Amino acid sequence: MNFDFTEEQQMVRDSIARFVQDDYDWETRKAIVASDKGMRDDFWQTFAELGWLSIPFSEADGGFGGSIVDTMVIMEELGKGLVVEPYLPTVVLFGGLVARAGSEAQRAALLPSVIDGSTSGAFAWVERQSRFEISDCATRAEASDEGYVLNGEKVVVFNGANCNQLVVLARTSGDQFDRDGLSLFVVDANAEGLERFTYPMMDGQKVANITFKNVHLPADALLGTAGGAMTVVDEVVREATIALMAEAIGCMGTLNAKTLEYTKTREQFGTAIGSFQALQHRMVDTMMAYEQAKSLLYKAVCEYQESPEKADATINALKVLVDRNAKLIYGEAIQLHGGMGITDELDIGHYAKRLMMINTTFGDATYHRARYAEKAYAA
Amino acid sequence: MDTAFSAEDLAFRDEVRAFFDEQFTDELVGRLRGKNFKEAIVDWQRRLYDRGWIAPNWPVEFGGTGWTPTQKYIFETERSERGIPGTVPFGLNMVGPVIYQFGTQEQKDHFLPRILKSEDWWCQGYSEPGAGSDLASLKTKAVRDGDDFIINGAKIWTTYAQYADWIFVLVRTSSEGKKQEGITFILVDMKSEGIKVNPIISIDNEHSLNEVEFSNVRVPASNVVGEVDKGWTVAKALLAHERTSIADVAQSKRNLRLIKEAARQEINGGKALIDDPGFQARMADIEIELMALEFTELRTLAAMQAGGFPGPESSLLKIKGTELQQATQELRMEVAAYYQGVLPTDLDPEVLGHSFGAEARRNFMYGRASTIYGGSNEVQKNIIAKFVLGLE
Repeated sequence: MNFDFTEEQQMVRDSIARFVQDDYDWETRKAIVASDKGMRDDFWQTFAELGWLSIPFSEADGGFGGSIVDTMVIMEELGKGLVVEPYLPTVVLFGGLVARAGSEAQRAALLPSVIDGSTSGAFAWVERQSRFEISDCATRAEASDEGYVLNGEKVVVFNGANCNQLVVLARTSGDQFDRDGLSLFVVDANAEGLERFTYPMMDGQKVANITFKNVHLPADALLGTAGGAMTVVDEVVREATIALMAEAIGCMGTLNAKTLEYTKTREQFGTAIGSFQALQHRMVDTMMAYEQAKSLLYKAVCEYQESPEKADATINALKVLVDRNAKLIYGEAIQLHGGMGITDELDIGHYAKRLMMINTTFGDATYHRARYAEKAYAA
Repeated sequence: MDTAFSAEDLAFRDEVRAFFDEQFTDELVGRLRGKNFKEAIVDWQRRLYDRGWIAPNWPVEFGGTGWTPTQKYIFETERSERGIPGTVPFGLNMVGPVIYQFGTQEQKDHFLPRILKSEDWWCQGYSEPGAGSDLASLKTKAVRDGDDFIINGAKIWTTYAQYADWIFVLVRTSSEGKKQEGITFILVDMKSEGIKVNPIISIDNEHSLNEVEFSNVRVPASNVVGEVDKGWTVAKALLAHERTSIADVAQSKRNLRLIKEAARQEINGGKALIDDPGFQARMADIEIELMALEFTELRTLAAMQAGGFPGPESSLLKIKGTELQQATQELRMEVAAYYQGVLPTDLDPEVLGHSFGAEARRNFMYGRASTIYGGSNEVQKNIIAKFVLGLE
């Protein structure tokens, strides 16, 4: 048993921390979010040059052959800096789906451009009726002479505004709620018949609703087995959920640190407010909430490394605990910052908004608690 | 980062299982539940001693096992899954570690082997009627008289004082300076003249607590652990050792397993309690927090392996561990429904109609103590605020 990081992992962690500290200060981040594009291409190129975009991919695919621990380390650091550049949508989701489901030709065609930063990717799975049930999919792909014809709509596509390539989840057979009959397709974001409606989210993301009207796809757009997408989607979402929870840990730890620092310097009634026991005990509660969430993340990661499915119940549990503890932490952070806590100027509220979006992504606490109960309490 | 069991770990687990299967007999279980609890638990502790497994947390040179954190985790898990009680903490988890950390060679040579062999039963003389959370305000006085100290005062909430051969006591040897200064940590033979034990019946209707009075009790100065007037350092170290063992995650895990089993048997209008979404939600909330705490404990064990002694983080384990114990005890009471109110009775469970109501009640009631003892959870939060968060 050990909870140590390898030398490489520490180097990646330090390198991202340095980037956040030197290049991604709060004013810079604000300017990025306020810009039309909502991300900085030159930063994305930096990520590529520093090798961060290659880490999860196998060496055969031109990557670094990193593990889930590497992904966790990267995402936690990105969370600390509230980095909005689309690591999760492009590398973990789009790249992850191509790497797992793609043929050798598809991987060779797509992954090098993910790794060198020239492809900006997204995974389109949410539909307006689906909430958190990924297999609730009404978008359909019908087989045609030259391949497939895609019709339907995806909503809240992360990185949907900026991506140039998409993986789309679509039904090739079966009914709306069936887990079988779903397939994945690689779709060019400028394909004919595809229309994007972009809008900003509270956490700085630029997302899109994307409609597909008779989008013609070649046969080799199919990623993986026709009708069998859910197996690989489950695998990638499992990994992406752990990644997202690591980002949440980064956000929560930073909120706690900033709040603690503030209460040591902010004076009222002639003394630092951190000297008040009522506030001290609340900061102990948030510290424990953070440590507990981190422990459960480590449990999920350790189980995942033994065999990914083994982590499923723990990932459900982790979504529940992070949801609950993040709410406590950002709630207290805002409250203890007083009036400043509710300003747009201060970063505190922005960490809160990111945590709220993280909590709802891939299912909220209510959803995951029910999934946990199914696994834990079935007769 | 990994927690996978190695081949050695798995072999160790087999060894532990075989030992428990062979030594923790039904006959012993019966005796542990009976009136001769002391004799039965001492018998069990001697079996552990004979196997060399009595003090997993002690350094090897003093009789510890030299286990890795993983091995300790395996041992604790296997133990609690069988419902095997933990060892009595006062000697093994409290005074033993401070004797090997602060004691003289004579003290180590005399007391440590006797603790390991369960030859002495220890109890804890910390709290006083006027010194609870504010432990340092204690007033029990020790005055130097030649080679001895003369002790006068009273200690309270002393668990199992009625069984004890020895008591470790915090006494005031000086009233100069801060109240934390002038405290001395001293070992007292319970057979000394002038000691009187008064029972206190607790909320669970049992007698485990006592008041211990000291009237001109004469104790050799060689029984002081650490320096005279510097006992606060010793006292705090002992509390840190105590706290890490209070969390008892493995025990709460077992309780949740028992609750799950019972909730399958309890039927409301034809539907099992375990299938009630409201019940599932409450159970899941506790179980999830416990899963996390198990890893918090493992992280602490791993850090201790590197650093030696537990630090203020042990306060976190104490707070969360006891909160979850109570949440679990409360849930078990609710599963027992009407039978949660059953007092000790000679009626057979067959006649009574229930098997665990009385036990659930006793655990729940005595369990209220866990957030109070070892330094109340509010005091733990003060400790974390000061020593971990750096708030003054």
